[in-house]
Amino acid sequence: MIERLKRFALQSQELFFFSIKAMRATVGRPIYPAETLEQMYIVGIGSLFLIILTGISAGQAMAVQFSNELAEFGSKSYLGRVMAIAIIRELGPVLTGLMVAARVAAGITAEIGSMKSSNQIDALIAFGIDPMRKLVAPRIIALVIMVPALTVVCDFIALLGGWLVAVFIANLTSTTYLAAVKERLIFGNIFIGLVKPVIFSFIIAFIACYKGFSSEGGTKGVGRATTESVMLASITVLISNFFITKVVWSFIKGYL
Amino acid sequence: MIRFENVSFGYGEKEVLSGVSFEIPNGESRIIMGHSGSGKSTILRLILGLNCPHSGRIIVDDENICGMAERKMREIRKRIGMVFQDGALFDSMTVGENVGFYLLEHTKMPLEEIEEKVREMLGFVGLTEEIIDRLPDELSGGMQRRVAISRALLSTNPKIMLYDEPTTGLDPEMTRNVITLINRLSEVKKVSSIVVTHQIADALEVADKFIIIDEGRVVFDGNVVELRESSDKQVVNFLQPFRDSIANVHKIDFI
Repeated sequence: MIERLKRFALQSQELFFFSIKAMRATVGRPIYPAETLEQMYIVGIGSLFLIILTGISAGQAMAVQFSNELAEFGSKSYLGRVMAIAIIRELGPVLTGLMVAARVAAGITAEIGSMKSSNQIDALIAFGIDPMRKLVAPRIIALVIMVPALTVVCDFIALLGGWLVAVFIANLTSTTYLAAVKERLIFGNIFIGLVKPVIFSFIIAFIACYKGFSSEGGTKGVGRATTESVMLASITVLISNFFITKVVWSFIKGYL
Repeated sequence: MIRFENVSFGYGEKEVLSGVSFEIPNGESRIIMGHSGSGKSTILRLILGLNCPHSGRIIVDDENICGMAERKMREIRKRIGMVFQDGALFDSMTVGENVGFYLLEHTKMPLEEIEEKVREMLGFVGLTEEIIDRLPDELSGGMQRRVAISRALLSTNPKIMLYDEPTTGLDPEMTRNVITLINRLSEVKKVSSIVVTHQIADALEVADKFIIIDEGRVVFDGNVVELRESSDKQVVNFLQPFRDSIANVHKIDFI
């Protein structure tokens, strides 16, 4: 048990220093626009279908549950408000973060891990290239740009799913639902809904890249690192969501 | 010139090199031999500054590279070409992109000119330009090794070439091709070659000076005659299976 705790502390410390190095690499030169665009495509376009599917399913399921509960109090017309708050503040960012953590973190760790095990990272260094700038920085930038964009898509699709339920199952008028949604589309909600994915992006990028760079033991080690990367990124997204909500909430209470 | 002064190094708690000292003057080539896991490849990694020794000094061209700033180390690396075990080609890039990697990354040379140099270099290592658009995975092991050599050569016109097990896993014909190429490079480009191998028959065809590493220590540093006559127990044990190869030592002829 003590051994495990020690290993955890050591890994956390390594991850912390790795993250600082990664941040410095992200703001330094040279920059790699081609690699960044490629990663943006992989993260954004590559995850789009998954995000749409997740958004529509989650939105519809939530709308069904909320409309049933609200009907008991005769408040079905509030469905749009509840949906907007739940999706924009919480569900959209968290679902997007988890989906990206599962899909993209696995890809990043596996790619960097296999590059490491086949000495390609050493080859980069031998050719005078900083692997943090060439491999890590483009992935951080791509995630920071694309995860908030995917979150907006997820929010929109989930609210659309809610609209389908509201109109065709809960028998609300389209105007009632949309007006209620619009009422909660305020600065505070949008701000908290966009801060979260930015923070999740850094979390996913740091963990996925760190796990790739620290993988050991050939193909088996890369597989293990990939699994750990997805698990750690997902758990960290979920845990950090609570703290981000608490901290950001205290700052923007007045705008809600 | 490369000089190791009492260098010790290990991975985690496992000590790999212990008090290793040797010197390789400019223009000379060396074979570093030893059993698997004896620390041979680690010596190349240390020369390239990929790892830093726990103690001792590593001198490359009169500069101690241990703890050197990364920017300065990059300058040192420009004088060194490295052919990694299995080539370590970038598998997401074509052969052409691999060979021209250094020029693409570090120079503003026009693409046409880079392509021309890549073709020239592929020709030098005996490969046709038809493979320029292929991915490394589509090549045989010997071809990958030769692409790796051409990539190292097209980088910065190195003065020192490091080869990590350049013939391991290759068939006899490909092995001979790679050995001929290493010899040709030493002659034509006047580079020092440091070749790590545990295949003594190949080693004898590349250089006539050897370093034998056993359990992280240098147990032999000398020429083939001294090697043949050595009575050191560890050297005798290491060479026992290769007695015939040493007795029939010869160097490959090349153009």
